[in-house]
Amino acid sequence: MGGLQKKKYERGSATNYITRNKARKKLQLSLADFRRLCILKGIYPHEPKHKKKVNKGSTAPRTFYLFKDIRFLLHEPIVRKFREYKVFVRKLRKAYGKAEWTGVERLRDNKPGYKLDHIIKERYPTFIDALRDIDDALSMCFLFSTFARTGKCHVQTITLCRRLTVEWMNYVVTSRSLRKVFLSIKGIYYQAEVLGQLITWLVPYQFAHDHPTDVDYRVMATFTEMYTTLFGFINFRLYQTLNLVYPPKVTQYLDLTFSCAQQKLSALSASLARVVATAEEEENQLDLFPTEGEDQENMQAREKEQKEQEAQKRLFEGLKFFLNREVPRESLAFILRCFGAEVSWDKSLCIGGTYEVTDETITHQIVDRPDMDKQYINRYYIQPQWVFDSVNAQMRLPVEDYFLGTTLPPHLSPFVEEKDGDYVPPEKLKLMALQRGEKPVQEDEEEEDEEEEEEDDDEEEDDDVDDEELTEEKNLKKLEGTRAQGKTLAVKVTPGKVKPWETGSVGNKVRLEQEEKAEEKRLAIMMMKKKEKYLYDKIMFGKKRTTREVSSLRCAPAKPTRPSLRPFACRWR
Amino acid sequence: MQIFQLPIFGKDEKKAGEEDDADLSDSEESVFSGLEDSGSDSHDEEEDAEEGDDEEDDDAVILDEILTKSRGVETATEPPATDKNTPTQPDVKTAPKQKRKMKKGEGVAMDDGGEKGLSTTRLGDEYEHDTSDEEDIRNTVGNIPMEWYQDYPHIGYNLDGKKIFKPIRNKDELDEFLDKMENPDYWRTVHDKTTASDIRLSDEQVDLVHRLQKGQFGDVNFNEYEPSVDFFTNEVMIHPVTNRPQDKRSFIPSLIEKEKVSKLVHAIKMGWIKPRKPKETTPQYYDLWAKEDPNAILGRHKMHVPAPKMRLPGHEESYNPPPEYLLTEEERMAWEQQDAEDRKLPFLPQKHSCLRAVPAFSRFIHERFERCLDLYLCPRQRKMRVNVNPEDLIPKLPKPKDLQPFPTTMSLVYIGHSSLVRSISASPTGQWLVSGSDDCTVRLWEVNTGRCMKTLEVGGAVKSVVWNPNPAVCLVAVCFESTVLLLNPGLGDRLVVSSTDQLITSYEPPEEDKEQAVTWALSEGPEHDNGHRLTLTHPKAVKQVVWHGKGDYLASVMPDNSSNLQVLIHQVSKRRTQNPFRKNKGLVQCVSFHPLRPYFFVATQRYVRVYNLIKQELTKKLMTNCKWISSMAIHPGGDNLICGSYDCRLAWFDLDLSTKPYKMLRHHKKALRGVAYHKHYPLFASGADDGSVIICHGMVYNDLLQNPLIVPVKVLKGHQITHDLGVLDVTFHPTQPWVFSSGADATIRLFT
Repeated sequence: MGGLQKKKYERGSATNYITRNKARKKLQLSLADFRRLCILKGIYPHEPKHKKKVNKGSTAPRTFYLFKDIRFLLHEPIVRKFREYKVFVRKLRKAYGKAEWTGVERLRDNKPGYKLDHIIKERYPTFIDALRDIDDALSMCFLFSTFARTGKCHVQTITLCRRLTVEWMNYVVTSRSLRKVFLSIKGIYYQAEVLGQLITWLVPYQFAHDHPTDVDYRVMATFTEMYTTLFGFINFRLYQTLNLVYPPKVTQYLDLTFSCAQQKLSALSASLARVVATAEEEENQLDLFPTEGEDQENMQAREKEQKEQEAQKRLFEGLKFFLNREVPRESLAFILRCFGAEVSWDKSLCIGGTYEVTDETITHQIVDRPDMDKQYINRYYIQPQWVFDSVNAQMRLPVEDYFLGTTLPPHLSPFVEEKDGDYVPPEKLKLMALQRGEKPVQEDEEEEDEEEEEEDDDEEEDDDVDDEELTEEKNLKKLEGTRAQGKTLAVKVTPGKVKPWETGSVGNKVRLEQEEKAEEKRLAIMMMKKKEKYLYDKIMFGKKRTTREVSSLRCAPAKPTRPSLRPFACRWR
Repeated sequence: MQIFQLPIFGKDEKKAGEEDDADLSDSEESVFSGLEDSGSDSHDEEEDAEEGDDEEDDDAVILDEILTKSRGVETATEPPATDKNTPTQPDVKTAPKQKRKMKKGEGVAMDDGGEKGLSTTRLGDEYEHDTSDEEDIRNTVGNIPMEWYQDYPHIGYNLDGKKIFKPIRNKDELDEFLDKMENPDYWRTVHDKTTASDIRLSDEQVDLVHRLQKGQFGDVNFNEYEPSVDFFTNEVMIHPVTNRPQDKRSFIPSLIEKEKVSKLVHAIKMGWIKPRKPKETTPQYYDLWAKEDPNAILGRHKMHVPAPKMRLPGHEESYNPPPEYLLTEEERMAWEQQDAEDRKLPFLPQKHSCLRAVPAFSRFIHERFERCLDLYLCPRQRKMRVNVNPEDLIPKLPKPKDLQPFPTTMSLVYIGHSSLVRSISASPTGQWLVSGSDDCTVRLWEVNTGRCMKTLEVGGAVKSVVWNPNPAVCLVAVCFESTVLLLNPGLGDRLVVSSTDQLITSYEPPEEDKEQAVTWALSEGPEHDNGHRLTLTHPKAVKQVVWHGKGDYLASVMPDNSSNLQVLIHQVSKRRTQNPFRKNKGLVQCVSFHPLRPYFFVATQRYVRVYNLIKQELTKKLMTNCKWISSMAIHPGGDNLICGSYDCRLAWFDLDLSTKPYKMLRHHKKALRGVAYHKHYPLFASGADDGSVIICHGMVYNDLLQNPLIVPVKVLKGHQITHDLGVLDVTFHPTQPWVFSSGADATIRLFT
């Protein structure tokens, strides 16, 4: 009766997914090639909702790809190139085996290669898409550009990465789009705002790498291959938007050899050649539209923000810096140039230095050593952290804390945005006060403020507990009292005592109200549904954990280094 | 190289000429033979003369073993006679030099390098004897570590197979030292291990050693700068090697080649062949997005999830973080012991005094690589993050303040019992309270004052006390052990008391005495004075008694899983008892009468069954979803019911709605022991082992479409937890919004 029997796993989710091995077989690729293809095309596995259904009843752990993805890979021209390369390797091996050297040479000349342009275009249909995804590309290229030529990857890759990163830095310098910098223990984080996109990248400190053995460099190389292509196109486009010549050229030395020009470029001290020689573009003003109410407020806020940004771009304008040889030249030159300063360094350190140490007009000299023999009177000798902190604070910080040989104030991450209830380090509070334009107040006052705030917090937190304890205690006392009386007299009725705060002063009334509310809430919580209760408990657990963490930070045993800043007693520990 | 030995000469010297040959042959492996041959090649005639020279020839170094061997073969083919002569002749010629050498030097053990040349000497005849592999023939043990002979008196075997004995007395260190001091020739003495004898080197030999050490040729006379002999002349000979005339094709241009060349020329002319373009190694960039189409769907499906960005660093990652972000010693230890996956921070925060002191981050490449793996190996999913304000989750309930009156404060504690008070009940007028305790007493209290009016001793721990709900009757049912006692407490209105007594005494036994499960006995004497009126002796222990609303009927529960005699209904006025159930449906926990209609509720372990007493049938079976019901109360309206259970739940049933609970309340932390409804106010209370009594507002509307409103209004605490027991029973005051609770701490408390 009634048609054919439906077979299992022939429709529905079972057919939407395909395991990795099956996909590999379908594409007729080796695992390495499949991996490379996935990296280049940006294909990633999917987690099916019903694993057992997809896995045809088995619960073995498997990686699943969307079947559509794999079908999409089938038409990729690069797959053919992979196969060609495989054939090429086979032929080459054979030629070697037969010692046919001319054959080897011929084969080498015709080595099949592939381009990734179309893949980039396909993965990022618009420029903004590509720009949004460039964080990883930047970090990777910066990492590869620091590799020594030790055979971990091709030398061409390293040089290409170096070239691209230098181009990028030059672009950021020219467009003055750097926003935040952060010295971490991993490396230096930079954040730039390019065409409205916040782009963050991490550059390792300049050291030789200790290459780990448990890292598959082929995977990294494949990523880098893709990233360099993407990065190059983005650079091209970015240079175009600024009317700059690509590949970039330094204005003074338009007719240099390539490698020399490259060096000049990487020095980051000269401005770039433009396609149309013009003065600096004037920043276009925001047009004013007649607006009302909220819109107007928004508008004003936007205007203010823009003004701030403009101010930040000119942060170091008019200052003349000199970098001592022990400070990281590239990063500092990059940052300082991004904010309009003039930078120079010792001639023996790198090419591109524009003036000597002896220049009397130097305003700041960046030094990272405990002491200097010869000091000029008319310049500040400051430690490099001043530059980073100033950039993050969007203002020139007072240099006193950063003088030669002084203990530096903590370096804070500019990426942390504290919400209510989060822990704010006292340095940040100070900084915020500075930014608001307040003079560095007496520390005592600040402390008091803090203390008050914290006390408030404490009260809120402690209220419940306190009250409960209070009532319990009372009850107990009462009980004891009645017991004691029971002993003396067999039967006696004592009038109940009215709790003192029920009729007490205003403060007690407030307290009473609070208590009432708390109880109300507790009772309401009792009436929650099971599911909601679970969710609620989870949220509250998370909240409690964060408050605990914050409190632990507050009470961190950091006192000895900052005795004057936080004298209040720790309550929660 | 190994140590070569030159024992040849010494032997030569010692032994006869014939043996010389053997010596020679043994002298060295073919390495040196080759040299000699080369020598012989160049100067055929002067073989003998040269031999001496060749002996010490350093050229040997250059030559390969193989080469020499092959040469050796050549030499072998040469007339042997000449070779044979060689050893003898040179002896004569170079006598002064060689002989001396041979005298002293049995063998010269030397480092590699120069000495190879030494033995090259007269190898010409070695093949005659074909003893090429032998070395020092005087000892035939071969090239073995001589330590093997340490423990033997001999050191090897000579050619005749005789033992070569060690010298009688070995030199010890003292001898050695004396020798060193006294012997002027000590410096030129060499110890030969194979024969265990000392050899004094001759002047020539010493000289030779010196020369070799300096890197000079062994032979003094060897001229290393001899003019080279041009064997193959560079002058063109006028005569061809062969006389064959040349082929014609060798001077006629090839047609095939011509064709090929012309083809190529043509192809080049036509532009078919182009020179190979140099390959571009650097990638070319151009404006890829010149014609970008924002509407172009992503090449693949639309479900693409862009990779999440890397987490931005916090303060703790700074090279100079605020001190509170640094880990303490304990935290650091804990961090180190944790698995890498469990760690909250993947790195240890560190503080560096200046930027110069910051080292490279050792896991930088690792982290980048892990990010790469994440990018291509991690399944991506959009997770809908519920961003719920927890306050929104809390249901909006009417404020308890608006739901008053309800008991809020503990106002009286009734003290007197010495053990846990299992049961309490208020009189229908609300003036009195009766309580039954495990100390085998029933106490009667005045509610308003907390005064204990009477204490009645009964014969066992009191399980349940119930005041007759009929205000015209003053009776209390007390159950202990297997007895249900009807008491007349004698409190309150005298008229009521006496009428109650009258009611009991006015009983007239029926003509036909039926067999009953229970024996009814009228109390007399002192018991009567104490208030005992009727005693109902049950066959089994009674757990609970319940009055019907009218006050005439009484139900008692004797939980027993094995029989159908678990519930009995008694009629006091007729002193009649009947068992309503024929079948056992499980362990009965408690029973209750419907307040208005002839229904009877029986709670077993998990179900509540509602029986129609008139029709004698099961009306409903309520599924409580509890593990074990402990108590039950019925709303005075009769349409709602609450069940407390030992698994901390309270189930509210709306009988009109469903057989499943309308609400499950999990307010208590521990097992519920008692539940009660208020007669007039929309309140119900539950008491539990956690020592608290929770008062809820439970409004039942007359409108059937509206569900009951349940709001917890107050948590009353006061009872102390003793033996893990808290509140055992709760009951409401019949008229006031007050609640009584009895606890395991032997007290009864009134909350108003």
